Amino acid sequence: MPNRTQVPELLADPLAEANQPSSLLARFGPDKALQLDSGATLEHWQIAYQTYGSLNASRSNAVLVCHALTGDQYVASRNPVTGKGGWWTAMIGPGKPVDTDRFFVICANVLGGCMGTTGPASTDPATGKPWGLSFPMVTIRDMVRAQAHLIDSLGIDSLFCVAGGSMGGMQVLQWAATYPTRVFSALPLATAAKHSAQNIAFHEVGRQAVMADPDWRQGRYLDEGTRPSKGLSVARMGAHITYLSEPALHRKFGRKLQERSAPTFTFDADFQVESYLRYQGISFVERFDANSYLYVTRAMDYFDLAADHDGVLAKAFAGTRTRFCVASFTSDWLFPTTDSRAIVHALNAAGASVSFVELESDKGHDAFLLEEPNLFATTRGFIGAAARARGI
Amino acid sequence: MALADTQTNRIDLRLVAEMVTPGSRVLDVGCGDGELLSLLAETRGVDGRGIELSREGVAGCVARGLSVIQGDADTDLADYPDDSFDYVILSQTIQATRNPRLVLEHMLRIGRRAIVSFPNFGHWRMRTQVFFLGRMPVTDSLPYAWWDTPNIHFCTIRDFVALCDTVGAEKERAVALDVAGGRVGVSAPWWFWNLFGAQAVFLLKRG
Repeated sequence: MPNRTQVPELLADPLAEANQPSSLLARFGPDKALQLDSGATLEHWQIAYQTYGSLNASRSNAVLVCHALTGDQYVASRNPVTGKGGWWTAMIGPGKPVDTDRFFVICANVLGGCMGTTGPASTDPATGKPWGLSFPMVTIRDMVRAQAHLIDSLGIDSLFCVAGGSMGGMQVLQWAATYPTRVFSALPLATAAKHSAQNIAFHEVGRQAVMADPDWRQGRYLDEGTRPSKGLSVARMGAHITYLSEPALHRKFGRKLQERSAPTFTFDADFQVESYLRYQGISFVERFDANSYLYVTRAMDYFDLAADHDGVLAKAFAGTRTRFCVASFTSDWLFPTTDSRAIVHALNAAGASVSFVELESDKGHDAFLLEEPNLFATTRGFIGAAARARGI
Repeated sequence: MALADTQTNRIDLRLVAEMVTPGSRVLDVGCGDGELLSLLAETRGVDGRGIELSREGVAGCVARGLSVIQGDADTDLADYPDDSFDYVILSQTIQATRNPRLVLEHMLRIGRRAIVSFPNFGHWRMRTQVFFLGRMPVTDSLPYAWWDTPNIHFCTIRDFVALCDTVGAEKERAVALDVAGGRVGVSAPWWFWNLFGAQAVFLLKRG
């Protein structure tokens, strides 16, 4: 095997992180029971989060950052499992577009996640065993409800900004729709108001790969001491392709061979792109729980903001005072510009204050996480102007 | 801030701003870098929105705190509901649209009033360039050669008046500006405007 596909060394134990995260943690009991869209109630639950910067005296400078499918609360600091830097350090930090010298940034692990917020990898207090598939199904709105409890517990009435890309952008839209008076400005990037049939299809392939792994054990792998690593790895490899674009893959790998001068005429990873995907798959397995992957992809699939408002997306934003800035990327085929335009169209119909820009990039869906000067210029401009309007 | 105190040297923008009632809701179609929207926000206290084709223009507007959508007047106006604005403005942009009639119809549908300013292709300098040089005109207000211009539908003041009649728009006010930015005599007949107005600004409403 080429050395790139070797299993990376881990610092913290991912299984322990699911119950006892290295980050900040808010615990809630029956007085703050979490009502879920499925009808289930979580009486004892917790949410893991990180903060950066400090809250001002008037509590008006809080920015909530919502993470994407496989992200976590370590948005701008070292991840305790992988040892890598935060996933959005390009955007968030001192002097960055979301300036931590100026704003109080909060990022929480989503409900259903596996980095300390209650999810299928957490221990069910009723049984003392991991929840597994007995964990209730969660939705994007449930994730946002959980975040709202956290924001309440921090004593913050109104967020200066809610920002995020992809699934994070779905949460941003849900926040603006559910708590319009609590969101001063909203920054939904590379996202959609509903998950498309094509994206549900991709997710289903990933879930079936997990479930087809014999080590999945009908979801009871944590109890039985196995892990569906092969299935989850394949799911990640498939998903990873959808985050990129052909130009980006071509520029990075083309048809170049991996540490050899001629094809081996076997099913080894002859091509660099194969080796890269195997590495992506394996390193993902080490930090992410397979059942969490099933639950969180399902939450995205169920997301359809218009469906909660008689099928009319504009009604979700009726009377909103929130300032929106929507951005998409030209080469994003997972959440194409047409998805963003549908959001903008609805916001226009609702009379909302909205800016929109389609950014030129050949890096695909992942562009929102990468060094994109145009994205930074736009977000910096939007956030700066919103801060002036709010007097911070 | 009063209009007279503003820094802008674009007389046509000041003329447009004069026509807008303070505190109203305005959509500026083809808003460029947001100069008019900023002027309207500062001097008229308007709640302004913009549409702009270029990413650079949108980015500049967003940084100024304006709400601007990257989009195309020819296709995106259809997305706006009826009567969603008090004024819809098309400043120096109609000649760059593919379907000026449809754009004007949408403006009158979306806004209670429409304001259109445009360079007059019937101005005597344009006519003399075509007549004596046999070349497409290149002037200060239209500084493009025919092969690299974003403008595709030039019209004269008389042509625009005819378009207004076709779509049933009522002309509430009309002002022509000469090359120096001075107003061409308001009592002058159309043919005089058409010959000596370098630019025109029309305030329209549904007929």
